[in-house]
Amino acid sequence: MDELKREAGVTPAYGTVGIFDTPGAILAAATELRDAGYVEIDALTPFPVHGMERGLGLRPSKIPWISLAGAAFGLGGMFWLSYYVSWDYPFNISGKPVFSWQAYVPLFFELMVLFCAFATFFGLWGLLRLPTYWHPTMTHPRFPEISDDHFMLLVEARDKQYDSAKVKALLEKLGAHDVMEVHS
Amino acid sequence: MATEVDASAVNGADDPGRRAPLVLGLPTFNSVTETVSRIVERKTPTGWAILTTFTFALLLVLLGSLANLVGTGIGIWGLNNTIAWAWDITGFVFWIGIGHAGTLISAILYLFRQRWRTGINRAAEAMTLFAVAAALLYPTFHVGRVWFIYWVFPIPNQMSIWPNFRSPLLWDVFAVSTYGTVSLLFWYVGLVPDLAPIRDRAQSKIKAIAYGIFALGWRGSTRHWQSYERAYLILAGISTPLVLSVHSIVSFDFAVSILPGWHTTIFPPYFVAGAIFSGFAMVLTLMILARSAYKIEGLVTTRHLENMCKIIIATGTMVGYAYGMEFFIAWYSGNDYEFFTFMNRALGPYAWAYWTMISCNVLFPQLFWFKAIRTNPVTIFILSIVINIGMWFERFVIIVTSLHRDYMPSSWSYFKPTIWDIGVFVGTFGLFFTLFLVFIRFLPSVAIAEVKAIMPAADPHAGHVEPHHG
Repeated sequence: MDELKREAGVTPAYGTVGIFDTPGAILAAATELRDAGYVEIDALTPFPVHGMERGLGLRPSKIPWISLAGAAFGLGGMFWLSYYVSWDYPFNISGKPVFSWQAYVPLFFELMVLFCAFATFFGLWGLLRLPTYWHPTMTHPRFPEISDDHFMLLVEARDKQYDSAKVKALLEKLGAHDVMEVHS
Repeated sequence: MATEVDASAVNGADDPGRRAPLVLGLPTFNSVTETVSRIVERKTPTGWAILTTFTFALLLVLLGSLANLVGTGIGIWGLNNTIAWAWDITGFVFWIGIGHAGTLISAILYLFRQRWRTGINRAAEAMTLFAVAAALLYPTFHVGRVWFIYWVFPIPNQMSIWPNFRSPLLWDVFAVSTYGTVSLLFWYVGLVPDLAPIRDRAQSKIKAIAYGIFALGWRGSTRHWQSYERAYLILAGISTPLVLSVHSIVSFDFAVSILPGWHTTIFPPYFVAGAIFSGFAMVLTLMILARSAYKIEGLVTTRHLENMCKIIIATGTMVGYAYGMEFFIAWYSGNDYEFFTFMNRALGPYAWAYWTMISCNVLFPQLFWFKAIRTNPVTIFILSIVINIGMWFERFVIIVTSLHRDYMPSSWSYFKPTIWDIGVFVGTFGLFFTLFLVFIRFLPSVAIAEVKAIMPAADPHAGHVEPHHG
């Protein structure tokens, strides 16, 4: 059903995309779009193009905070666990302290790293909203080439300035080919 | 990349502008995708099928040996009361050490911005995972009653009995399992963008779905790349101290005891250097075979091999220094037991093992000082095997010669492996190589996106289009 609607053009437009052939061309075009006042723009590239985040005017990623939270949880959790097991079944060996935290430092470290990695891993896919089964850009017939050697510039329909015809003309002026509107 | 560059001529030049390019003979992004994806997409090569049949047979030897071990008991190994750790713990340390090169390449060289790592990091990380899997088998089965192995984890129980958190053996459980888990996550994060081209090129529906599931719907959005690169950097940042901690903790298994020959503070750095040394030897063994079998010399170039040989000279020399220093300290400390242990290593019943270790680890790797030797895949391959053998003997010497003659002469003994020791050891090679062969057949064995990003064409300022800076 969705498929039919999409073919009939009934579903709302997601945005307009154009294809570029070189990283230099798409970076220049992205910068132009940003300077023209477009905000909801994105570049789909086979590898991270140097300077593209700045070209699109993106804000820094939040992932380091998630990693930090994971590391803190691992460190704190292991500290608590070692404290708990020390007192749950206390050993008195030559009058040494029951909770000798120095002996647990390797464990604090390992669990900190482990939970930092878990947080980074799952936090990353959460931030990226992946896995996803489908995305409107995938309806473009040349989408498979994006993971190989082509570059796709996207202007989303939710952008305040979005006007299908104007965006199409602008993208073509900036050197894009196969410009088309994709639907969600 | 318009002109052909002779890689060996300018390799390693001090002037960075004259160094060999990192990717040879692959001028376009598409040629990189082609070269790597072709390995996965083409029909199963006969050579692969024959090799995998052979390694799978070795894997069956492992399963059979372990079945007998579990069914009969640890007594079928050549262990005895004096030498309670022998081939099993030797095998454990041997495999876990090999794993370290993968993390060194993927994490430490990444932090140091060594861009040549991109040609080899994927395969090296996979090697790490398989080596850790092989390593974990040994202590798991050495506990004897393997069905109680979950007792190593702090699981609440009605007796309030907990594992001894002060024991290096328990630290080891946490260190190695953390290491395996983090390596797996790191490897998979790196793999996701490279599964996307394989998904997009897939000719059959089944392949498209299978690779599509694991590619997670990756589309290369810049918003994604931004968080992705940051996450990758964080994972590299935490893996770096992790890899150093893992082999340090493995060395604590020995160093925290009071046994002469084990109770030394030099162990952590000495073990880490040895681990990287042996790991790079194994990476070279695998990559020299893989690059010639799959014609990926353009991605894994002579420059890569030469760089790894240089790391081997550095770490091999550190290991040699450690051998010398522990001998010196044994004498200089004036401790009779310590000095006896070392004299016994060099001149006692296991002298043959000691001198095998010295020649394989200290003498032969020095041949890499000769440029002709460290740029020739055949000589590198032979030396990499020699180093693998030497590093196995290092662990054997440390473990068995220290144990076999301790404080009481009445308990002195000599260890001889049984057929079941040999079966498990040979079998872990079957496990390791089978997993590696399956990996290289079904997954992109070179990091496609990362290689593209280091090509000259990937620099947005390389072309004629000059972007505006706002």
